Amino acid sequence: MSEEVAIVGIGCTGFKSITPDISYKELMFEAATRAYQDAGNINPRKDVDAFVTCAEDYWEGHSIFDEFVPDQIGAALRHLFTVSSDGMIGLATAFMLIKTGEFNTVVVEAHSKVSDVTTFTGIVNFALDPIFNRPLGGHPHYMAGLEMTRFLHETENTREQCAQVVVKNRRNALSNPYAAHGAQLTVEDVLQSEPYFQPLNRLDISPVADGGIVMVLASEKAAKKLTDKPVWIRGIGWNSDTSWPESREWGRAMYTELAAQMAYKMAGIRNPKKDVCFAEIDDSFSYKELQHLEALKLCSNDEAGKLTEEGETEIYGDLPVNASGGIQGIGYAIEASGLHRVLETVLQLRGEAGKHQICDAKTGVAQIWRGVPTATGAVAVLSREVK
Amino acid sequence: MFGKKRVAVVGAGLTLFRRNMKETGREMCYEAAKMALDQAGLTLKDMESVAYGSAPDAFDGIHMKGENMTDGSGAWRKPFSRVYVGGGTGVFTADAGWWHVASGLFDTCLVVAEEKMSSCYPHPAYAFTTIFDPIMDRPHGTTLIWIFSLEMHRYMHVHGVKKEQIALVSVKNKRNALDHPCAQLGAKITVEDVLNSEIMCWPVQRLDISPTSDGAAAIVLASEDVAKKITDNPVWIDGVGWCIDSTYWTNRDLYYPDYVECAARMAYKMAGIKNPPKEIDVAEPYDPFDYKELHHMEGLLLCKKGEAPKLTQEGVTQRDGDLPINPSGGLLGVGNPIAAAGLMKVCEIFWQLRGEAGKRQVPGDPRTGVAQAWGDLMQYGSVIVMRR
Repeated sequence: MSEEVAIVGIGCTGFKSITPDISYKELMFEAATRAYQDAGNINPRKDVDAFVTCAEDYWEGHSIFDEFVPDQIGAALRHLFTVSSDGMIGLATAFMLIKTGEFNTVVVEAHSKVSDVTTFTGIVNFALDPIFNRPLGGHPHYMAGLEMTRFLHETENTREQCAQVVVKNRRNALSNPYAAHGAQLTVEDVLQSEPYFQPLNRLDISPVADGGIVMVLASEKAAKKLTDKPVWIRGIGWNSDTSWPESREWGRAMYTELAAQMAYKMAGIRNPKKDVCFAEIDDSFSYKELQHLEALKLCSNDEAGKLTEEGETEIYGDLPVNASGGIQGIGYAIEASGLHRVLETVLQLRGEAGKHQICDAKTGVAQIWRGVPTATGAVAVLSREVK
Repeated sequence: MFGKKRVAVVGAGLTLFRRNMKETGREMCYEAAKMALDQAGLTLKDMESVAYGSAPDAFDGIHMKGENMTDGSGAWRKPFSRVYVGGGTGVFTADAGWWHVASGLFDTCLVVAEEKMSSCYPHPAYAFTTIFDPIMDRPHGTTLIWIFSLEMHRYMHVHGVKKEQIALVSVKNKRNALDHPCAQLGAKITVEDVLNSEIMCWPVQRLDISPTSDGAAAIVLASEDVAKKITDNPVWIDGVGWCIDSTYWTNRDLYYPDYVECAARMAYKMAGIKNPPKEIDVAEPYDPFDYKELHHMEGLLLCKKGEAPKLTQEGVTQRDGDLPINPSGGLLGVGNPIAAAGLMKVCEIFWQLRGEAGKRQVPGDPRTGVAQAWGDLMQYGSVIVMRR
């Protein structure tokens, strides 16, 4: 009864800084069409037991965005619903549905049409507490600046090592056809770019991108019929630290530490450093990759920056991190960011990552944070092997 | 067995439903959750996960409202997720709680639904103008009441239903609500009162509509192993269902909610219900407008198409009738803080099946109940089947 859960189909439009030629519905349609074909050419109107779509009203400019989803992904008069969160929490939801034993095939959708948002700062500002935080004014990304300051203060990681993350990820993105922001940069370029939110400079902050992703999940039984290259979700976890910024531990990503604990326990991973071959993680601000690496226990505390500097997190290193280019190189795709970390992990495990394929990828970790001002994140452990 | 683990409801809590509550959304979540935990004899420490539901962020003016509510709904450093299917959210949040436990991932789940509509000035109806397609619908200045008047018209036209028959629903539910301690609009009114009330958008009149409300509801879910340790009186979730129809509501025949039938069939199949009118003892269909109760009775297959007005006229749907419908007083009587109103219906079924509904208790020792909510652009159905 407790069947394992596999990702059996993936579809992605790729990411671009702007997409004036198509609507969000067309983005979803394209991603869905690709995913259904990848999953053994399933018919969504007959072969899918439930659909999960991930969106937030304010990003979309609609109230009850749910309304506008079913037709383009083949879910009219079918069992679709919205999870107002990142795509990776949508993935966790689909995972739970299949684990109940009542659902064999579940689809997850997430997208970004963030280039349509003309008031990005204003929208993020609306996520702040209206009484205690919003009246302080300023661009809400100052919270990331404060957090970076605290993180660098508490650990031995350095400002230059944060810049090195950006250099690595944007270079990696040049090999990824899905990425919108590949570039050859130097540490100097990052350190000398305009100061934005002390100590964050312009190039420490990921640029945004549009794109759509659809994934098909299946139970063990169904997966075997649909594909010969399933990728198994061995463990998944998600967590929210307090919504009060004043009460958080600013140096630590508690949401990731706790989500990782849950995911590793489920996957039976006792020593992540040994058992995990590579990671696709949130690097929406440069320091976040280092903070998240430590929270994921993929290295010791204070060690993430050093590993980065020594090239261990490069595609050819011992622990490739964001070989895809990460959010820095691909672009920050709001609620699709997490699902894209998962998608890149799947491509690596299938051996389909092309120019940024790493050697011998057996088990990978995908991780996401929902961005300022939240303290919510998710972690997934994916593997080529079912057990 | 249904699901990997059987899931029980072991506690329920509900705040007052009122316009302009002084409490913040977080405080209302806390109150409802605390009540539900107290009834279950559990504390927040026992809760392994939290499922939260709320309708448009536009009411509160808070982006990512779920994140803002994590503390109030007890999700500090816990796995938390917010589900969102418009007006269908309340009942659907209970469905979401079900899969948290039924999947075997968690032994317990705290389910909280909350809505604070009255902070939207001058009226939450303005927030609803942003639910329409920005190119096709919004330029008409479309409001919610307009589209429901179209639906009500169509329903009346196809089945030859009279306003007098529909008004009976409002009369019944507002009277039922007089016995509900949380109710906002319990009242003794007559069919005449409804027919003479202010016309909003013909054929919808003021007393055909539920009010603007603030409020929160919560339930505590536990796996069979846990439930059996803490209560002799669990209520089991035996079926969940949901369905969405096409975005293009102008292309559908509005006389019948196909999506509710689809959701109901999904839930009935899980629960092994073959003959709903016979097997279901008490029902809480969604009634933000009086005609919707009739519409949804038909969608839930509790009667034939077009038969609901007749049953209402014959008193079958009264609390002491053969098929009690909305014994709580429904949204028309208790109030309509959207997501909380849906979960209020789940709470009511829980209390009815446990025999704890007090003055609202339906006679005959009910064993099986169903709650349903409806949302989006006359498009969404969510259903839960519960058994003692």
